[in-house]
Amino acid sequence: MSEETTFFFYDLATYLLNGITQGSVYALVALGYTMVYGIIKLINFAHGEFYMIGAFVGFYCIAAGMPLWMAFPCAMIGSGLVAITVERIVYRPIRYAGRIPALITALGTSLLFQYAGQNIIGADPKAFPKVTDFENQTYKFGELYISTNQIVIISTTFILMVFLYWLVNHTRTGKAMRATSFDKNAAELMGIDTNKIISFTFFLGASLAGAAGVLVGMYYNSVEPMMGLIPGLKAFVAAVLGGIGIIPGAVLGGLVLGIAENLVVGFWVSTYRDAIAFGILILILLFKPSGLLGKNTKEKV
Amino acid sequence: MKKTLRLLPLITVLAALTMFSQGCKKEDKTTEAPAAKAALSATEIVLGAVFPMTGPIATYGQESVNGMKMALKKVGNVVGLPIRLIVEDNKGEPVESANAVKKLINVDNVHLIVGSVASSNTLAGAPIAQQARVPLMTPASTNETVTQTGNFISRTCFTDAFQGVVMAKFAYESLKKKKAIIIVDNSSDYSKGLAAVFKKKFVELGGTVIDGTFTYVQKDTDFRSLLRKVKREGPDVVWLPGYYTEVGLMLNQARQMGMNLPFLGGDGWDSPKLQELAGADGIKGNYISSHFSPDDEDPMVQGFVKEYVATYGQKPGAMAALGYDGVLVVADALKRAGTLTHKSISEAINSTKDFVGITGSITIDENRNARKAAVVLETTATGMKFKQKVMP
Repeated sequence: MSEETTFFFYDLATYLLNGITQGSVYALVALGYTMVYGIIKLINFAHGEFYMIGAFVGFYCIAAGMPLWMAFPCAMIGSGLVAITVERIVYRPIRYAGRIPALITALGTSLLFQYAGQNIIGADPKAFPKVTDFENQTYKFGELYISTNQIVIISTTFILMVFLYWLVNHTRTGKAMRATSFDKNAAELMGIDTNKIISFTFFLGASLAGAAGVLVGMYYNSVEPMMGLIPGLKAFVAAVLGGIGIIPGAVLGGLVLGIAENLVVGFWVSTYRDAIAFGILILILLFKPSGLLGKNTKEKV
Repeated sequence: MKKTLRLLPLITVLAALTMFSQGCKKEDKTTEAPAAKAALSATEIVLGAVFPMTGPIATYGQESVNGMKMALKKVGNVVGLPIRLIVEDNKGEPVESANAVKKLINVDNVHLIVGSVASSNTLAGAPIAQQARVPLMTPASTNETVTQTGNFISRTCFTDAFQGVVMAKFAYESLKKKKAIIIVDNSSDYSKGLAAVFKKKFVELGGTVIDGTFTYVQKDTDFRSLLRKVKREGPDVVWLPGYYTEVGLMLNQARQMGMNLPFLGGDGWDSPKLQELAGADGIKGNYISSHFSPDDEDPMVQGFVKEYVATYGQKPGAMAALGYDGVLVVADALKRAGTLTHKSISEAINSTKDFVGITGSITIDENRNARKAAVVLETTATGMKFKQKVMP
C-alpha cells in the first residue's frame, strides 16, 4: 500500500470514529424523541433542553465534589424528574387538544428553559469541572487517536441501548409501554395506568438525554444553557431519519447522521455540515417519509 | 387547581411569545424618521452602551462595561453634567445589536453610543447610528470596514490590517515558521478580515499558506475531523483568528490529537475563559496579538490593574482596558465639544489627538481609526505572558 492510501484509511478511520462518537450522542437524544412520539404522538421539542439540564445537573454535582459514578446517575434522574414535571403540568392538560397546540407548547417550553437557563445560570459557556475518578487519556494506533472520552461515550451509549431494548421488550413495564403506544384506550381497558406509563416514558427518554448531556460536557469540556438547541434539532432529524416512533431507527438515524456530518467535514467543507444534516431530512421526507426502518402504512379511511 | 393547571401551557406559550415580541417591538421603531429626533437632555449626558453581556463572548461585554464603569467613576461630572450609562445586551448577535442601537437612539435619546466588541455586531448597528447621525464609537471592533460606514462611526483601537500584519511577521520572523494553515470562523467578519490580512503578509514575506476549506461557525463544538484535515496538510503553524469560546475547545481537541504546533490568534482569544476551556495542555505554547498586557510596567497601567483587581477581584483583560480608555476618550471629547449636539460630539471624538490611555497613545486618523501599538502575548496555563510590543 502506498503512503497516500495508508493515510487515506487513517483519515477515514478518524472521521468514522468522530462520527460514531457524535452519532452516539445524537442517538441517545433521538431515543427520547422517538419514544415520546411513539407513545403520545407528540414531537417534544423541549427534549434538547432535558439534555442541557442533565449536563448542568452533572456539572453541579461534580463541581460539588461528587465522583462521576454518582454524578452520572444523579444527572439522569435529575433530568428525568424535570421531564416528568413538564409532562404533568404542561403536556397532560392539553393531551386531547390536538397535535398543533401540543407542538407549539413544546416549542414554548423549550424557549422557556433556554432563556430561564441563561437568566439563572448565565449564558457564558462554563468549563466542565475536573472529574476525580476519571482521567482522559489519548491512545495512539498508528495515526489514529482515540481518547478515553470517546470510548466512554460509545460504550455508555451501547450499554444504555441494550438496557433500553431489554426494558421495552422483556419487562412488564415495557409491555405496558408497547400496549399504550399501540392503542391507548384498549391498554386502559386492560388495566394499564397509561398516565403512569406516559410519565415513565418521559422519564426514560429524558434520563437518556441527561446522560448524553454529561458525556458531552466531559467530551468538549464546556456546558452552556443553549447547548441543547442544535443537538436537539439534529436528534430530531436522526429520529425522523430512522423512522420516528421506532426505537432501533433512532439509533441508526443518529449514527448515520453523525458519520455523514464528519465525512462532510473531513472530505469536503465544514460549512456544509449542518446543511447536510437538514438536507438529509428533506430527502428522507421526500422519498421515504416513514424513515429508513419505517414501514409504509396506508392511512385508514 | 385543575383549571390553573390547564392554563399553564398557555402561560408557557405566552411567555415565549413575549420574548419574541420584545425583539419585534424594537424593530417597529425603525420607521420613525431620524429627523423627528427629540431634543437631547440638558441636565445629564446619556451614554448608551451596546455590549455582549451574555452569550458566547460574554466575558468581553462584562469586562468592557467593568472598565467603562471604573472610568466613569474616575471622570465624575463632565462639563458640569453627570453621565448616565445605559447598557444594552446584544448577546453577541448582529440582529440584537441593531435592535439595541435603535432603542438607544429612539427611546433613550442618547448623546452617543459606545460599542460593541465583535465586528459583526458593530457593523450591524453602525449604519443605524450613521443614518440617525448619532456618534458611535467602538472601543474594540478591529475589522477594517467598521469605520467605513460613515463619519459618525469611530474607534479607539487598532485595526486588523495592523494586527494581522503583526502576527504574520511574528510567525515568520520570530517563530521562523514557513507553512501556515488558516482556520476561519465563517460567521464572523472579524475572522474573515484577519485571515485575509495574515495571508497577504505571510505570503509576501515568503511563506506558504493553505486555506479555503478549513472553516467553522460560531457555536460549533466538535472540531476533531476539521483538525485531522489540518494535520494531514502538515503545517508548522496555524493561524486561527476566532473567538475564545470555539478556540478554547479547538485547542483542547488539537492537543488530544497530538498536534503540538503553535496556534496563533488575535485579540479574540484574550479572555480568562480561554484557559478554562482549553485546559492546561491546550493553552500551552500559543501566541496572540492584543491591545494591552497587565504585565506592562508602565505606572499608569499598573495603577489601573491594581484598582481593577481591588474592585472586581480579577485581573483585567484587554477589553476592560479598552472600555476604560474608550470612556476617557469620550469624556475628553465632551469637554472639547463646546455644544452638546450629536454633530459636535462626533467631531470632537474624531479630532482626538495624542490622548494617553492605558492601551497606548490614541490618535484618531482621517479614517476615524486609532493608530496604536499592539502587544504579542504567549498563552500559558497561568495567564497571558508578555512577549513583545509592536509599534505601528
